[in-house]
Amino acid sequence: MTTLTGALSIDWMLLLVCAWIVIALAGLVAPKSFRYASRVLYPAGALVGLLLALTAFIALGGTPETMVLPLGLPDLPFHLRLDSLSALFLVLLGGSAAGISIFSAGYLRQAEGALPGLQSLQYHLFLASMALVLLADDAYAFMVAWESMALSSFFLVTSDHRLPEIRRAGYLYLLIAHIGAISILLCFGILQGNGHVGVAGYTFANMRSIDHSVFWSSAAFGLALLGFGAKAGLLPLHVWLPEAHPAAPSPVSAMMSGVMLKTAIYGILRVSFDLLHHPLWWWGVSVLALGLVTALFGVIYSAVQSDMKRLLAYSSIENIGLLFVGIGLALTFQSFGMTGLAALALTSVLYHCLNHAAFKSLLFLVTGSVLHATHTRSLGKLGGLIHRMPWVAWLGLVGALASAGLPPFNGFVSEWLLLQAFLFTPGLPHGYINMMVPVAAAAVALTAALAGYVMVKFFAVIFLGRPREENLAHAQDAGTLERIGLSWLAALCVALGLFPVYVIEKLDLVTRPLLGTGIYGAAGAHNWLFLAPIDPGRASYAPVVFLLSIAVIVAATMFIVHRFWRGRTRITGAWDCGFPVQTARMQDTAEGFGQPLRQVFEPFYRMQRELPSSFDKQPFYRVVVDDHFWYWLYLPAARAAEFGAKMVAFLQRGRISIYLMYSFITLVVLLFLIRG
Amino acid sequence: MSSAPALVLQFLELILALLAAPLLTGWVNQCRAWLGNRSAPPLTQFYRQLAKLFEKEVVLADNASSLFRAAPYVIFACMALASMIVPTLSTDLPFAPAADAIALVGIFALARVFAALAGMDIGTSFGTMGARREMLIGFLAEPALLMVFFTASLISHSTSLSTIVETLGQREFAIYPSLAFAGVAFTMVSLAENARIPVDNPTTHLELTMIHEAMILEYSGRHLALIEWAASLKLYAYSCLGLALFFPWGIPETTGPLSMLVALSSLVLKLAIGGFLLALIETLSAKLRIFRAPEFLGTAFMLAVLAMLVHQLLETAT
Repeated sequence: MTTLTGALSIDWMLLLVCAWIVIALAGLVAPKSFRYASRVLYPAGALVGLLLALTAFIALGGTPETMVLPLGLPDLPFHLRLDSLSALFLVLLGGSAAGISIFSAGYLRQAEGALPGLQSLQYHLFLASMALVLLADDAYAFMVAWESMALSSFFLVTSDHRLPEIRRAGYLYLLIAHIGAISILLCFGILQGNGHVGVAGYTFANMRSIDHSVFWSSAAFGLALLGFGAKAGLLPLHVWLPEAHPAAPSPVSAMMSGVMLKTAIYGILRVSFDLLHHPLWWWGVSVLALGLVTALFGVIYSAVQSDMKRLLAYSSIENIGLLFVGIGLALTFQSFGMTGLAALALTSVLYHCLNHAAFKSLLFLVTGSVLHATHTRSLGKLGGLIHRMPWVAWLGLVGALASAGLPPFNGFVSEWLLLQAFLFTPGLPHGYINMMVPVAAAAVALTAALAGYVMVKFFAVIFLGRPREENLAHAQDAGTLERIGLSWLAALCVALGLFPVYVIEKLDLVTRPLLGTGIYGAAGAHNWLFLAPIDPGRASYAPVVFLLSIAVIVAATMFIVHRFWRGRTRITGAWDCGFPVQTARMQDTAEGFGQPLRQVFEPFYRMQRELPSSFDKQPFYRVVVDDHFWYWLYLPAARAAEFGAKMVAFLQRGRISIYLMYSFITLVVLLFLIRG
Repeated sequence: MSSAPALVLQFLELILALLAAPLLTGWVNQCRAWLGNRSAPPLTQFYRQLAKLFEKEVVLADNASSLFRAAPYVIFACMALASMIVPTLSTDLPFAPAADAIALVGIFALARVFAALAGMDIGTSFGTMGARREMLIGFLAEPALLMVFFTASLISHSTSLSTIVETLGQREFAIYPSLAFAGVAFTMVSLAENARIPVDNPTTHLELTMIHEAMILEYSGRHLALIEWAASLKLYAYSCLGLALFFPWGIPETTGPLSMLVALSSLVLKLAIGGFLLALIETLSAKLRIFRAPEFLGTAFMLAVLAMLVHQLLETAT
């Protein structure tokens, strides 16, 4: 799309990405200056984010634009392409980055973590590399951007590198990111085909044009699922998320959870709907099953966490699972040629990407403000903060309700669309898949309900009740810049929840090129108020009417109650049931609130309990909930790697005569082989 | 579609719900008293109770936040909205397209989350205990309810409550095995969601057994009145839902004075029978231990999923 000056959107986009890189490098001018970073660099980054979102929003309806950059190795230039799929994710990136950057400007504290200039360097390089991942149109550029994304985020995660557990979390993250990267590289290798031996083969345009055999396309899909799944946190490669998110500074956690996980979703969508052409039904079913397991696992673990950022990290795993459920459903529909329904499922996925970016970034930023005010991440040491930090609390409530999937907030809309997509599966011409629908839909419903439990725990333990520690009485509310960042993301949550028809009209611009159809025709046919994805008789939802009716009833009730019964109020202590000593320690802790779920889902956890005996002078209770996957998968894998290394070490004897003998044997064997 | 008579009817339905809900609760209490061989309170006892509570002053804990004060209004509004979109007298409701069956589950969840948050706001051990238990009941009841709706939607190819009720009402009198399963599941869910006996006891204030009552223990005066009224609206909405889904006969699709009269009388009759059966269930069963409740609700959930499976297996074979 040409703008007024005749430049293409992609030119503007590139300019904005360069602006981010410039801001990043500008951090090196005065790396120690805290004022410079917080008053100049981060606000500038936020502005660029906003402009990027606007440019991408305009480009959403345009035709795909391409560009070749004279960068890279000789004969291997970078190809860039801006189509509607990348534009949508760029909107997501820019929109979230605007909120998170402005929050970071206020969040930054003197003498915390790395030098402010260096942190800004890594942060803005992280943003720029994510934008390039979304713009890349060849395997080379994609992998370069993907790796810079992984590396810059690794440095951000380990910005408090003096603590050993943070170094450990960073190492784990880097390891899994690289398992994923290798797998993505192999996937591109397959997609390239063997037609082109030369340079042209590595472009996405070439990959798109090749029709792979069933075996090779399945292999490519499997590798992509593994690679992007590792980045997204799909089971069993999820273990880095609950380690890396608490380790990272809160704006970085927000960026990683809200945006970086979505680049993995972008990748899997790009490969499975754009580069590969004919999805097979069992791809869809396996993705669906994997997504369901991930979602349930995430939410069940999230319910028992007592570190607020770990809780959110597990909740991100749950949301990623739900996204994969939607992708699986879309692939299944697509494989049977039911493009309309595939569009419905895909719309729910894209919608949920936007939603999750908004509410999860918001919640992570909220934990950041709480962390700064109280210096603890442990839910057991918080409580009653709604009185001390009203801004953070009320904006956090929006995020929590959205995350719990409650109407009229945004989380509900995508959940609603996903459930609607499930209701159409009886149309599938395959008996066994039909049978799985009730089970899958039930699991999705259970996950959504459990998310409500988790969010009540998250919000209530932090903000409600009485302060569990004395120092909470001095907690300060977030500053102005932080409030702006939080309000921006909360406003996105509300807007995405209230105007679904408008959002779906835009999402159609993405699904149409990918699937050839969209759902807006039906969704908007009724009118802008009523979301009706298929036809109004079948299902409809009008969040504005919903919110208005609740508001009207609340107002009317308040008016009537206060008009007719002059509301007298007496403020006194809480009712103590005749037991005069009520302390804050009698409230539920995070462990206490999660206890029913620990009991119901006991087999899913690996628990170590230390119970006090009745003779203890100071009774002590401890429970540690661990992830089964560590013991089932990771520790055995680590042991196997160590064993292999020991075997190889056997060869290394430290005597030159032995090494010469190795060379001699190798020579003889090679000669023998060549002769033969 | 939102013609003037339909709007009037919608308003009437809300008024009817607001007025009839306390009566239904009163009727259930009356039946419970008779079945327990006690002398029954009058049918209008609940009105008097509401009037008394509205008259009383609110005693507020000193650390109550504004969320605590707002929650009763939000809960009341949610339940009023829920009773507006459940088809009781007619299926031609202007508000019905605003929220379908899935959104209805969302409304109930919203009310529950606000109740739980308010329960934890004061920070007493009773409040948090009640909130935790309520969420425990909720996370199993909610998907079970959703699955019941799914079964009905698979039969009627719609999640819109009006369409579901129209389709189910118009079918020839045939027994759907899936609906039988769904009906049992729905009954179990309704018992749990309305804090009825096998799961909770609306009349208890004993610490070991309280769920809903523990959560709202800090409320008094007009706030408590609104919450009690909302609870009775919830019972009314659930009863009407059950009647509309499983006994949809008698709900007219048109709006006319005569059909209204027929609808009203059939509704009153059905509610009276339903209320009596509820009291009977409550009298005949004993309260479960709290950790038996997940098993009870798990059974409901399984039955609801089974209903969908049965529908897929037996009823779509064409």
